[in-house]
Amino acid sequence: MATKSLKKQNNKLALANKQLEVLSSGIFENGELPTFIDKISKTNNFPLRPKKLEILQLNLGYMCNQVCEHCHVDAGPDRKEIMTIETMQQCLEVIKTTGAHTLDLTGGAPEMNPNFRWFVEEASKAGVKDFIVRSNLTIIRANKKYYDLPDFFKKHNVHVVSSMPHWTRGKTDKQRGEGVFDKSIKALQELNERGYGMPDSDLRLDLVYNPSGAFLPSDQASMEKDFKKALHEDFNIQFHNLFAITNLPIARFLDYLIASENYEDYMYNLVNAYNPAAVQNVMCRNTISVSWDGWLYDCDFNQMLELKVASKVKHISNYNEEVLNDRNIIVSQHCYGCTAGAGSSCQGSVA
Amino acid sequence: MSKTYYDPADLRNFGKITDWSEELGEKFFDYYGKVFEEGALSAREKSLIALAVAHVVKCPYCIDAYTQDGLQRGITKEEMMEAVHAGAAIESGATLVHGVQMMKKYDKLSH
Repeated sequence: MATKSLKKQNNKLALANKQLEVLSSGIFENGELPTFIDKISKTNNFPLRPKKLEILQLNLGYMCNQVCEHCHVDAGPDRKEIMTIETMQQCLEVIKTTGAHTLDLTGGAPEMNPNFRWFVEEASKAGVKDFIVRSNLTIIRANKKYYDLPDFFKKHNVHVVSSMPHWTRGKTDKQRGEGVFDKSIKALQELNERGYGMPDSDLRLDLVYNPSGAFLPSDQASMEKDFKKALHEDFNIQFHNLFAITNLPIARFLDYLIASENYEDYMYNLVNAYNPAAVQNVMCRNTISVSWDGWLYDCDFNQMLELKVASKVKHISNYNEEVLNDRNIIVSQHCYGCTAGAGSSCQGSVA
Repeated sequence: MSKTYYDPADLRNFGKITDWSEELGEKFFDYYGKVFEEGALSAREKSLIALAVAHVVKCPYCIDAYTQDGLQRGITKEEMMEAVHAGAAIESGATLVHGVQMMKKYDKLSH
């Protein structure tokens, strides 16, 4: 299990252009597999265009208390990129006027941003319909100063979306680090105690499953059934929905695929599982992703690959939804991750 | 590159057998797909049966394919190993039951 980010290790795959180079060479360069543009052109989806904006996703910083093996952000305790209060203020102005119904805070561990609470309080005043915080769960148990987070979330009616790679300790700890499973269980129980995730509760608690290795997720509905049964029987834990997310071949997951000699087979699997129906609902078509330093991207993955939106408006400081929505979405081979099988997004399956 | 009879990359091209016999290839893949759909047995149960058989027929491609399929379905390694043992038990039982033939022949030939 790594304890440092690729960036801290000076790994060349910490560089966005190196990742893009890998994704464009080899099996995609020699024509063994079609590029993503070729593939979506055949199903008349190129250029990929936005639909109505529904989700504004803000990345509050790449710092995290965990160093997960599959992390597409390459997040970790050593990452210092954190959204400043000035950028947050610019985001608040946008939140007040956006047509998006969902505000989605992610990271890193968004709770580690020193202005996280202030920002949540201000943003909740703006009255977004669905207010998501993507919490890794262990942060709630990481330090005393975070112990009250479940109460804080409840107070602001935050929709909590949490990663939980498996209902068994072994698989969870292998992917996310020693002790993560037990801490996650404790955090989920605390959320349940406050009403989160209970069958008729308005306090939404959803879990995210992503495979702990070089394979695709199974059917979301059947996995949800398995997760619910196991977590309820073993720990009396309840939650609302499970989002099955495919690991995209970027950052640490790309490094893992290459190091374990799974890269080519994984790309074959993604390409073979291409589903044009999933293209209709990929998240880049209804989402704008804002980085810690205020730049705008088609999605969180493009953010990590430093592929800024192809629009005159590229920064939160001169945000204009109408202009932004009239753009072509930037794609590369990593996009196959969102169109495989039932599709994948931050909200789980899309087809 | 050393020469071997098996190339792991061949599995990716399994579908190409249809190139040389479209009708039979397609019939096979239709049948294959149908077999592994949800039915009286769940797709998950059939995946474990396939894994056990893959070991018994010693097909490295099938072992790769159904280990991955099992992982995708959330099948645990304990379940996978039990399936392999079920296959191995039948295979060794098939050997050992011939021991009865050996015993009978021995007795018949012995004074």
